[in-house]
Amino acid sequence: MIAFFAAAVIAATPLLFATLGELLTEKSGSLNLGVEGMMLIGAVIGFVTGYSTGSAVLALIGAFVAGAAGGLIFAVVTVTLRANQVVTGLTLTIFGGGVARFLGDDLIGLSVPLSVQAVFKPVAIPLLSAIPALGPIFFKQDIFVYLGYLCVVLVAIYLYRTRTGLNMRAVGENTAAADAAGIPVTLHKYVHICLGGGLCGLGGAYLALVTVPMWQADVVNGRGWIAVALVIFASWNPIKAFLGSYLFGGLSILGLRLQSAGIHISQYLVDLFPYLACIVIVVISTHKNRKEDLPPANLSVPYFREER
Amino acid sequence: MSEHGADCAIEMRGISKSFGSVVANERVDLEVRDGEIHALLGENGAGKSTLMNMLAGIYRPDTGTIRIRGEEVHFATPADSIKRGIGMIHQHFKLVEVMTATDNIALGMRAQKPASGARSSAGADTDATTAGAGAGAGDAPAATADDNAGLTGPFLNRAKLAERIRAVSDRYGLDIDPNKKIYEMSVGEKQTLEIMKVLMRGARILIMDEPTAVLTPQEIKRLFAIVRSMRDDGCAVVIITHKLNEVMEVSDRVTVLRRGVSVGTVETRGVALPTLIEMVVGRSVDLSIQRPSYTPPPDAPETSEPLLRLDAVSVTDKDKKAALDGVSFDLAAGEILGVAGVAGSGQKELCEVIAGLTRASGGRIFFEGDNILGKTPRDIMRLGIRIGFIPEDRLGMGLVASMDLVENLMLKDYRKYAGPLLRRAPSVEKAERIVERLDILTPSIHTPVSQLSGGNIQKVLLGREIDSDPRVLITAYPVRGLDIGASYRIYDLLNEQKMAGVGIVFIGEDLDVLLELCDRIVVLCGGAVTGIVDARRVGKEELGFLMTGGQTEGTGRDAA
Amino acid sequence: MSALSSLTSRLPFALVKRPTMSTRAQVLARIAAVVLSIVFASLVLLLFSLNPIQVFATIIKGSLGTKMRIQQTVVKAIPLTITSLGILVAFKMKFWNIGGEGQIVMGALGATVVALHFPETLPAPVMLVSMAAAAMICGGIWALIPAAFKARYGTNETIFTLMMNYLAIKFVTYLQYGPWRDPNSAGFPKIPPYPDNAVLPRLFGVHIGWVIALVLVAAVWLFLNHTKKGFEISVVGESLPTARYAGMNISRVILVAMAVSGGLCGLVGMIQTSAIEKTLTYGIGGGYGFTAIITAWLSRLNAIVVLFVCIAFAMLLQGAAFLQLQLQVPASVAEIVQGAILFFVLGSEFFLNYRIGRRRAAAAGGDGIGTNAEVDA
Repeated sequence: MIAFFAAAVIAATPLLFATLGELLTEKSGSLNLGVEGMMLIGAVIGFVTGYSTGSAVLALIGAFVAGAAGGLIFAVVTVTLRANQVVTGLTLTIFGGGVARFLGDDLIGLSVPLSVQAVFKPVAIPLLSAIPALGPIFFKQDIFVYLGYLCVVLVAIYLYRTRTGLNMRAVGENTAAADAAGIPVTLHKYVHICLGGGLCGLGGAYLALVTVPMWQADVVNGRGWIAVALVIFASWNPIKAFLGSYLFGGLSILGLRLQSAGIHISQYLVDLFPYLACIVIVVISTHKNRKEDLPPANLSVPYFREER
Repeated sequence: MSEHGADCAIEMRGISKSFGSVVANERVDLEVRDGEIHALLGENGAGKSTLMNMLAGIYRPDTGTIRIRGEEVHFATPADSIKRGIGMIHQHFKLVEVMTATDNIALGMRAQKPASGARSSAGADTDATTAGAGAGAGDAPAATADDNAGLTGPFLNRAKLAERIRAVSDRYGLDIDPNKKIYEMSVGEKQTLEIMKVLMRGARILIMDEPTAVLTPQEIKRLFAIVRSMRDDGCAVVIITHKLNEVMEVSDRVTVLRRGVSVGTVETRGVALPTLIEMVVGRSVDLSIQRPSYTPPPDAPETSEPLLRLDAVSVTDKDKKAALDGVSFDLAAGEILGVAGVAGSGQKELCEVIAGLTRASGGRIFFEGDNILGKTPRDIMRLGIRIGFIPEDRLGMGLVASMDLVENLMLKDYRKYAGPLLRRAPSVEKAERIVERLDILTPSIHTPVSQLSGGNIQKVLLGREIDSDPRVLITAYPVRGLDIGASYRIYDLLNEQKMAGVGIVFIGEDLDVLLELCDRIVVLCGGAVTGIVDARRVGKEELGFLMTGGQTEGTGRDAA
Repeated sequence: MSALSSLTSRLPFALVKRPTMSTRAQVLARIAAVVLSIVFASLVLLLFSLNPIQVFATIIKGSLGTKMRIQQTVVKAIPLTITSLGILVAFKMKFWNIGGEGQIVMGALGATVVALHFPETLPAPVMLVSMAAAAMICGGIWALIPAAFKARYGTNETIFTLMMNYLAIKFVTYLQYGPWRDPNSAGFPKIPPYPDNAVLPRLFGVHIGWVIALVLVAAVWLFLNHTKKGFEISVVGESLPTARYAGMNISRVILVAMAVSGGLCGLVGMIQTSAIEKTLTYGIGGGYGFTAIITAWLSRLNAIVVLFVCIAFAMLLQGAAFLQLQLQVPASVAEIVQGAILFFVLGSEFFLNYRIGRRRAAAAGGDGIGTNAEVDA
């Protein structure tokens, strides 16, 4: 059972990064449906960088920058040029798929260098890992997982305890009010779209470098979309995003567990499970009544100061 | 002009601004002094808000210069304007609904040098002015700036900020709960918070855009008291308004704008009301509204039933609160029934429940004796019940902004013709007829309605509803945003309908208009009826009293 | 930031919202955007040390060079056009149906059930019409599920329709590798091939899907512009409160529009199985469900324009396949170019609504007065 939960944590980590990334983007008022694309770009660039340099750090930086670059395209087209966010996000997904296939087709089957794999070996945290049950599940993991915990805490503090976080939320809630208060609206949107894209890129890199340390064409396989759903599930709250990602990580590997537990059900049917669960989550999440659980009021509303 | 610069808080010269082909301001001049309340008067669409938005850094002028205390400024963003000590309270409040009062005040707060910055740049003269403005009050902004230290670090310090809010509240007699969320606040509270925001930033120049539009007469008194105390503190205050009586009551000087041009600036004390009216409208006009009396035609069947009767109608909103609470009233044929109330007192729900757009949680609505409660708009149309509805949000509900006149005129009767196909021809004819009858100014009947002016958009909507030959007409704020000419045209059209025997429900916000146009007035407060009064026999004060929850007693009480 | 803003405040330019442009100017602006995007794509190609002129020439040659290649291009244009029509109906209502792929797969599944279970002796027309009906019903149902939730509970349709893609594809994968696997296929995980009476006939060298596509272009145009339902779909898309105000039954409009949308996509599944693969595979959607989003948007949700945009995109797809053979350039270049074109066209909308206006000359005069003020101080 502990092995199952530990594996769930690993499956959840890429979702967590992507969910936090999309959460930051949406909190600042932009609905970027290109998560899948940014994860793919991050995955392929992370893999290529790791493969060619043998450096895990460079691979992570590369993945972050690549994801952020995807976000930057989105920001230019939707913030500055005020294009429809839904269509631009979808285009980013198609574009990211193209980039990943273009760069990745020759890499299929290649493995992540051992020097990189070594960096992502599980490390037990002293004391914490000795806690019964919780220790081996949460504190005998690779550093990437720990980075995920750190991100949750940082994002939560940033959103609710810092002035920049407050200003950024105001941009997403009421852009005109934020603007009138002298907050640089465009700058906030750009920064958070790119930051969000970077986190999505890291999520993609985890898939390519750690989950299966080998390049596969369909490495992301819909997780970007699940992340978009998880943001709704989490009511735009980073702590709930953490819980949601881990719940989903568990669901996505449930099939393997069922089979090893001797319950015979086709792998192909078990594969349906996370997507079905995702639909259930989106349906359930629609029924929210608290004002604080609703999406940012100006989400995906373009802003032009001199509008009359 | 630079010799004036010394005691001028604001000096705007030759300001022009256009939006596309629409000229909003054309070479406008404006001077506002420290320690005065300056009214900016003009009809809707005269360019008052545009001018002030340029001062707030929201818009940028096409031409002209702006000086603050003698120094020329170029505002690219609102932040630049705030740094110069300018605070604007917009007509639509700039508040974040899901945040608390404290968080809203913390928004955009920065290390403050605005007051001192404005002062040092203006040189010694300004210091003299400030000192002369009154002992003790003159150093107020500096104290604010100092106390904001410790609030501008990377982390939020909500406890300290709440403390500061209480301190400023006490000094100006403002009443604010720092931990209350905006969506729980009344309109009056929101406005108080906006004033607080401006004070906390240490602003010395305060601009208020139509601050009284949503307040009761009592709240307006309180607001004016606050404004006067700020003036006495040496602040420059600009109040944008289109209401003459407020200009006379509160301002020291008044600048009049007409069609984007400044007509002139006068001392309020030395000007007579008719002169001011002529400056605003450009000609001498009689601003009284007609109230003809309806006499039913002799051949009309004798009936005891009113046209429309609401009996204890209640509506529960999304938050499970009662938006309408047991509302009852009658509407007779040939009557204009006004509805008064503070914004958000249930006016929207009242209109929508009659039109079948909102589900009622209880009560009955009789149309000529038949209960129509629970019927959808479609059912109502199918039953041949002719209720016309001019909703508050014209382009968001009554019309489709991106569609042309023809398609918008089809909206309500496209189902009339059999078969699956859409028939445009009858609507083309109708469009031509309505454009002709109501003198709608439009390039063509195939122009998207979003490109028409506010008055013409309203005429399209009203034209369509009148064309369907209604028995009852519900109108929500039908003259909001329209200039005087267009407003009077709308009043005439409504009176025309009244004389044809239509029962009209008129939701209004301007009490003077309600009192002059309507036969009776229903007053709503928190979704409940607090009084039904005869408009000929009631005063503004009493309406205001009812709007804030008082029950009727005595004079204006209407038995019917 | 303040240094930046004080700099921009002195720039002689400002962003201005412009009045609506003439149709001609709008068309020109879009063409300019497409040209720019091709220039941009060329730069990307240069980045990968590919000769853009050679690449584009190869794409043209590969898509129109011979009669057979033209036929191949048409074969690709057929599913793309019909899927785009389906997407267009949904988008007109601002219902973001990105489940076209899944609706195609479910349509193909419906057609296959009929093809493999109806008697082989059935006359081909009867068989084909039954297959088409089954496909449209299955595709329609697949679209109606998210539509019903949207209509009843306001559930976010974007994620719902997208997830329905995965459900459809994974389910057909299960059938293909499991219960429906053809025991006679020598170890390959394949579903049995269609009988002859379930294969679409040809006309002028290409299966008659092209006739169907042309008819549907006209039908969808008529539906959206000249029927009551089409009008209702437009109004619901523009403003829900107005639709309610006008007494429209919004739930019904959503359901009808999505049934049409999913039905059209489902029909694509039937055409692709019957004419191309001659059986059902999990990859039958071929990405058309996603590409159609781009083509539908590029044609500004106009059914007639869709036809031409889809032909252009089919050329790009066909040309890219040829490119891979000729220059060993991965076909995924086409996806990148598609994305680039759409980014540019999306961005170009901005220049239709806003223009960079020169500030009027008096701003310079203002500077002059400013100098005076400094002297005075």
